[in-house]
Amino acid sequence: MPDRKPPAGLVTRPMVVLFAVLASTPLWLAQVGLYQYLALEIVIWMLYALGYNVLLGYAGLPSFGHGAFFGVGAYAFGLLQKTLAVNLWVDLVGAVLAAMLLGAAIAAFISHRRGIYYALLTIAFGQVVWFVAIKWHRVTGGEDGLLNLVRPPANFGFGEISLKSNDALFGFALVVFAVAVIALWRLVHSPFGRVLQAIRQNETRAAFAGYNVWLFKWLAFVISAAVAGLAGALFAMAQQSAYPNVMSLHQSGFVVMMVLVGGGLASFWGPVIGALFFILARDLLGAYTETWLLWYGLLFMAIVLFKPEGLAGLWQDWRARRRRNALPLAAREPV
Amino acid sequence: MALFEARGLSKRFGDHVVLQDVNLAFEADRLSGIIGPNGAGKTTCFNVLTGRYAPDRGRVTLDGEDITGRSPAAIARKGVSRSFQLMNLFNDYTAADNVLVALPQVRRRSFDMTRDLGADSALADRAAGVLARVGLRGKENVPARRLSYGERRALEIGVALAAEPRLLFLDEPTAGLGADGTARLAELIAELKRTVTIVVIEHDMRFLFGLADRISVIHWGQVIAEGSAAELADNPWVRRSNLGMLA
Repeated sequence: MPDRKPPAGLVTRPMVVLFAVLASTPLWLAQVGLYQYLALEIVIWMLYALGYNVLLGYAGLPSFGHGAFFGVGAYAFGLLQKTLAVNLWVDLVGAVLAAMLLGAAIAAFISHRRGIYYALLTIAFGQVVWFVAIKWHRVTGGEDGLLNLVRPPANFGFGEISLKSNDALFGFALVVFAVAVIALWRLVHSPFGRVLQAIRQNETRAAFAGYNVWLFKWLAFVISAAVAGLAGALFAMAQQSAYPNVMSLHQSGFVVMMVLVGGGLASFWGPVIGALFFILARDLLGAYTETWLLWYGLLFMAIVLFKPEGLAGLWQDWRARRRRNALPLAAREPV
Repeated sequence: MALFEARGLSKRFGDHVVLQDVNLAFEADRLSGIIGPNGAGKTTCFNVLTGRYAPDRGRVTLDGEDITGRSPAAIARKGVSRSFQLMNLFNDYTAADNVLVALPQVRRRSFDMTRDLGADSALADRAAGVLARVGLRGKENVPARRLSYGERRALEIGVALAAEPRLLFLDEPTAGLGADGTARLAELIAELKRTVTIVVIEHDMRFLFGLADRISVIHWGQVIAEGSAAELADNPWVRRSNLGMLA
């Protein structure tokens, strides 16, 4: 009897552990010399990276222009509250829709491509969006961006919670993150996620198995753009501003590095590990040296060269070795 | 009327005419064969029939419906499945997952987010059943990249078979197999032939003549002869080829 994969479930143990650890940060973060805003930013980048990994890790499509959607989410959030309504739900949903629509339009131009051509097209489109953000002063505020954005309270009809403090906003971001994690976990374990991975491995075969490969690639892009837009909106709340810098090519590269270093190709949790690692490295290494990105870059190269599966891959290897060593010698499979 | 028909197919790449006015008809519940020397246009013919290339001229019909120029995915959804001469597997996936993705039950509900494939034991059983049919029982959890060459050949057929096709195209299934592997494959195809309509491209004549109900000989991009194995045995081209003068 072959052993079968266990069902993916709705809420898993690693999820509960992750949420619990994050939720407990207000209790101990200050004691270890860090601050709550850092945890807020980490959660936002985790969300962004997880959504991005649907595209890179599952569908195998490299986008180097995803900052565009993160940025459009942030700008849309700001513009909506400045022009339409200072309402958390309206502004958030609007931000997600804006990123999704832009993603849908751009994906329509690139989903017949793959590999290097795909990557180059995402760079080109990302640069166009970044350029528009810088030059369209009247709407985007140019290089300064949109300033003095407010953090609208979370209104639940029967009462509302102010999100003005970093602690409160962190709590809200964590809830959004938790919902997104559960949704993405479902997504990648549904037939859709399985087909995306099949397309990554062999587009031709997937097409001859009857799948509309273009549509799957398009959807993967739209989904990751929507999540990036959501993360961007939260970021605009965190920073109380929206600015073009997050759309630049090198900022778009950050999310790629997070996912690869963390091990998005090997595990669902890779992007989460990668985002945590990246932001901590930025803050802790950054406190010692201006050139922290140089050291991070070297580490990135080392991982790509020696352990393409990233930190999650190292963890999986370690667990596999422990399981193997727990067996009596005779029962061990040769490596 | 034949289940699958091609009328007047022509295909050229640049100046190079690969198929010229090819007529083929594959009857339901039969095993049809296509033979011919290397470069005769056999694989291009398959690629046109299964939607990889649109023909420059001509018509392809499945059960009377015109499917000329449709995409591979659209043709596959109509029940036409194929294997590849150069293997085309999902290499990171286990043998079972390779088959699972190709199951119509998975494809039809591929946008159902409430569905947890890992939790669906009926589908896992079905995938295991397909693997058993192609002789891969016990290999369910082996990643495709770790299977032996012969096992990968069998899985190649398994993935095509998983789609529960009305018509199964096999492109040089014996390519790269030794005598043992070829014999086992002949047994497997003889078994499949009882339940599926099959079209096989081969240049291993002995293999094909033992299996096929009807054979078309393609040379220089044209069908130069057709008939049962017995009828073709007297064909001058086939006789010469049998004497080792192929191509």
